[in-house]
Amino acid sequence: MFGEKALELIRELHRSRDTSLPPFNEDGIRQVLEEMRALFEQNQKDVSATVAGEVGLFSGVQLRHAALERNKRCLLAYLYSRLQSMRNMRWEFGSVLPQEIKYNLSEQEIQWFNKYNKSLANYMRSIGGDGGLDLTQDIKPPKTLYIEVRCLVDHGEFETQDGNVIVLKKNSQHFILRSECEHLIRQGILEHIVH
Amino acid sequence: MAGVSEDIEEGSEEEMEAMTAGEVLQKLEEAWLNEKFSPELLEIKSDLVECMLDQIKEMEENIKRAKKGDFKVSLHRMEIDRIRFVISSYLRLRLEKIEQNTAHILEVERQRSDEETPHLTPEEHTYAKEYLENMEGHFKGIALRHMPPNLQTLDPKQTVIRPNLDSYIFLKVNENTEGVLVEEETQEAREEVVDLEAGDQHIMRYRPVAPLVSSGAVSLI
Repeated sequence: MFGEKALELIRELHRSRDTSLPPFNEDGIRQVLEEMRALFEQNQKDVSATVAGEVGLFSGVQLRHAALERNKRCLLAYLYSRLQSMRNMRWEFGSVLPQEIKYNLSEQEIQWFNKYNKSLANYMRSIGGDGGLDLTQDIKPPKTLYIEVRCLVDHGEFETQDGNVIVLKKNSQHFILRSECEHLIRQGILEHIVH
Repeated sequence: MAGVSEDIEEGSEEEMEAMTAGEVLQKLEEAWLNEKFSPELLEIKSDLVECMLDQIKEMEENIKRAKKGDFKVSLHRMEIDRIRFVISSYLRLRLEKIEQNTAHILEVERQRSDEETPHLTPEEHTYAKEYLENMEGHFKGIALRHMPPNLQTLDPKQTVIRPNLDSYIFLKVNENTEGVLVEEETQEAREEVVDLEAGDQHIMRYRPVAPLVSSGAVSLI
């Protein structure tokens, strides 16, 4: 059936929407493009035949054209959906992607990510006019000034705004300014303790 | 704020400074909520953002000079955190809309007359263009380029995502406004016109009240 492979690509993404991005399915894409080429060539033959006088080929041409449009749509949806996941990862993890995720991206996707990063960084730098504003911080409304955090991994020394130096040893608990440790919480180094 | 005669600008700039920081923050919060609940990208309130960023800088200076352990320092720090959150959220909401409706927004800006103020800052405009280019380049490079010749372009009618201006929103009325055309006359229904009284709260479609949001006569909640 036409469009099967394209649907498989979509299913692959749908299945993995709660886990991390699956590897870029280069093979699948290639197969869809090949199917499109075959459909197009068959259509060209039928169109020439019709011009030459044959009848009854029109429905076939229509069907193949519909399949071509469907394949195109599925392919673009697959690519777009992956880009959206990557975009969300930039906002969650920061500008450097973890190695496991990068491993699953294609060369062009990594290029897209770098360009997106650059564009975003330029924009954030231009806000206000004094070095800019990091929009990936302050994601949640601030409830308290200081928060209690537990350290999940050894992270060495950490200097606070006041000049105090805290040693972030695994399982140690600290009372730090929320604005200073937000990024460490997102990276998974600290854990916010909620009572 | 460029390109307008100095005399007119002077008047409004003085007005801006005559507002207290508290009033500016309130206006910013209003702009933030409007942006959050409106389906379309509204006009950027750059002066409010810049003013509050300056406020933050001033407050940080004050903190540096204050005695250590002074209670006021904590209060100032919390205020700074809150203000920074509102500004970040406001700009983030706008970026999200720009990324969702890139082609549509760029089209609207292209068609805007020279007298109207643009809804995007120049930097947002650059960001939008770069984002669209990046996206289209990616599609072309991986997929479109390898497709049959008649399918290699993207038909805007099929691909452009436009904001749904008919979505319902909650609003509160700031200024008495009479004769708002809510439903146009069709074959099945008469036209529906309402009068909005200050202090009222309503739920209705966004489209008819869009100009009232821009003018400040109503605020979205």
